[in-house]
Amino acid sequence: MILSREWVQRLGFAFLTLVTVMVVLPIVLVVGYIVMQGAPALTWEFLTQMPRGGMREGGLLPAIVGTLWLTAGTAVFAVPVGVAMAVYLAEYASDNLFTRLVRLSIINLAGIPSVVYGLFGLGLFVLFLGFGSSILAGALTLSIMTLPVIISTSEEALRAVPQSFRTVSISLGGTKWQTISRIVLPQALPGILTGVILGLERAAGETAPILFTVAAFFLPRLPRSVFDQTMALPYHLFVISTQVPGMPVKIQYGTALVLLIFVLSMNLIAAGLRSYYRRRRQW
Amino acid sequence: MTHKPARRKTHIGEVVAETLIRTSGLSTIAFILLIFAFLAREGVPAFFEVKANVLFGARWYPTEGFFGLWSLILGSVLVTVGAAVLAVPTGLLAAVFVAEVSPRWLREIVKPMIEVLAGIPSVVLGFLGMLMLSPLVRQVFNAPTGLTAFSGSLVLAYMALPTIISVAEDALDSVPRAYRDAALALGATRWQTIWRVTVPAARSGILTAMMLGIGRAIGETMAVMMVTGNAARIPLTLDSFMRPVRTMTATIAAEMGEVAQGSTHFHVLFAVGILLFVITFLVNLAASLAIFQQTRRAERLLS
Repeated sequence: MILSREWVQRLGFAFLTLVTVMVVLPIVLVVGYIVMQGAPALTWEFLTQMPRGGMREGGLLPAIVGTLWLTAGTAVFAVPVGVAMAVYLAEYASDNLFTRLVRLSIINLAGIPSVVYGLFGLGLFVLFLGFGSSILAGALTLSIMTLPVIISTSEEALRAVPQSFRTVSISLGGTKWQTISRIVLPQALPGILTGVILGLERAAGETAPILFTVAAFFLPRLPRSVFDQTMALPYHLFVISTQVPGMPVKIQYGTALVLLIFVLSMNLIAAGLRSYYRRRRQW
Repeated sequence: MTHKPARRKTHIGEVVAETLIRTSGLSTIAFILLIFAFLAREGVPAFFEVKANVLFGARWYPTEGFFGLWSLILGSVLVTVGAAVLAVPTGLLAAVFVAEVSPRWLREIVKPMIEVLAGIPSVVLGFLGMLMLSPLVRQVFNAPTGLTAFSGSLVLAYMALPTIISVAEDALDSVPRAYRDAALALGATRWQTIWRVTVPAARSGILTAMMLGIGRAIGETMAVMMVTGNAARIPLTLDSFMRPVRTMTATIAAEMGEVAQGSTHFHVLFAVGILLFVITFLVNLAASLAIFQQTRRAERLLS
C-alpha cells in the first residue's frame, strides 16, 4: 500500500514528536526522582553541620561552603578576562587571520575534556607555580574552563546592541572607549550576566577539574583562605556514591539534590533574567 | 571664521583599558599553547620511559609496569561510538521537531528542558546511572553486571544530546524563510520541505552539531567512570558492549590521585591527557571548519 503524502507527513510528525518526548521525559523523571528521594534528607542540620561518622551522618556544610568559594573564585578570574575578550572580539577585532585564530582557539578551549583541564591545573598551578592543592589552583583551573562560555555569550550580547547606538555616541564626540564603557556595555549587561551565570553554573557542577587541584576527600572544617584545600559538592557526591561502603542512600540522594538545586537555581536565574530583559528591551 | 575641532583629552585610564582589551584577545591562543605545553612537560617523558611496544600493547597493569594504552583508546572509542549511534539520530530528529514542527507553546517547554539537561552535573547523571540504570541494564540483558560499555554509551548519549539539539536547531533556524516558502509554493508538503530543502541547506551546521556532540562524549569523565565498570581490557568482540570497559578519561581521573609525582605512571597519565587533547582538538577543528564553510557560503549567496 502506498501512503498519500499527507499521511506520510502525519506519520512523520508523529514520529518526531515521539522522539522528542523520549528525549524530554527522562529529564523530567531524573529531576523528579532525585527531588522525591532527596527531599526527606533535606533538613536544617543537613545543610549546616559537619559530616560525621565516616560521612554517613551529619551534614554537608564544608562541601557547600567549598563550592561557594570555588564558584566565587572562578567568577573573580573568569568574568573580567572573559568580558574583556568579548569586547575585543565584538568591538575591536577586524576579520583577519588573527581573529580567526582567536575564534578557533575559543572553540577548541570549549572542547577540551574537563579532566584534561584537571591535568593542566595540576601541572601549572599546583606543581609549577607551587600553589599546592588549594582553592586558588582549583578556581584558576575552573575559570579557564569557563572562559569560552562567558566569551561567546557576552560577545553575542554585545553584538545585539544596535549599531546606531554607537554611531550616535561617536557623533556626539564620545571616544571609542567612552562609547563602549558608557553605552554598549550597560546595554549588553543583562545578556552578559546571563552568560556569566551559565558559565559559573558549569563550573559549580564540575568534578574532574577539581579532582587533583583542590578537592579534599574528607575535611571537616571550613576553608580559611584561598590557599586551603576544601571539600566540594560534586566531588563529595562522587566520593559518597563510589568510595564509601555502606553509605545511606538517603544521604546520597540528599547530596545529589542539594547539588542539583544549587546548579539549576543558577539556570533558572539566568533564564528569568533573559526573558525579563528581552521583554523590557526597547530596541 | 574657522572652527578648530575641540581636542579630545586622552585619559590614561582609557589607554590602559584599550591596551588590556587588545592583549586579552591574545590570551585565548596563549591558554591553548599553555595547556599543551604543560601537558607535554609532564607527558612527553612517558614516551622515553616506556618502550613503544609496551605503550601500544594491550595490557594496562600500571603497578607491574604495563602501560598499554590500546585498551583505553579502544574503550573510549567503543563508548563514544555507542553514544554517537544513539545520540546523533535522536538529537537531529528532536532538533527538526523543535525547529520545524513543534507549535510555539511546546517549543517553550522543550527548549528549557533541554537546557536543564545541559545543566545537570555529570556526577549526578553518573550517580543515577549507577543506582537506577545499571540494575536495569543487568536485568534486561541478563548480564553479570550492569556497569557496562552500553550503560556508559546510554548516559553519554544523554549528555551529548543538548549540544547536538541546540547547535542543529540553530543551523535549521538560520535557513532563510524564502527556501521553505519556495518549496511550499511549488506544492511540496512540509514534510518534504524539511527533508529535501531545509535539512540539506543546514547540513554544515548539522555536521558541526554532530562533531561537537561527539567531542563532548569523548571528553566526558565522571559519569563514564561511574557507570562503565572500569575494567581495562581490549573490547573487540561483539559482546563488548555488555562488558565493563575503561576509557582514557576515567583512567586519568581514577588513578591520578594515587600515583607518585614524577613516576612513570604519572607521566603516562599525562601522556593519555595529551592524546585526549589532540583527539578533541582535531574533532573540534573539523567542527569549526564546517562553521567557517557555512559562513563563507552564506556570504557567497548574499553577494
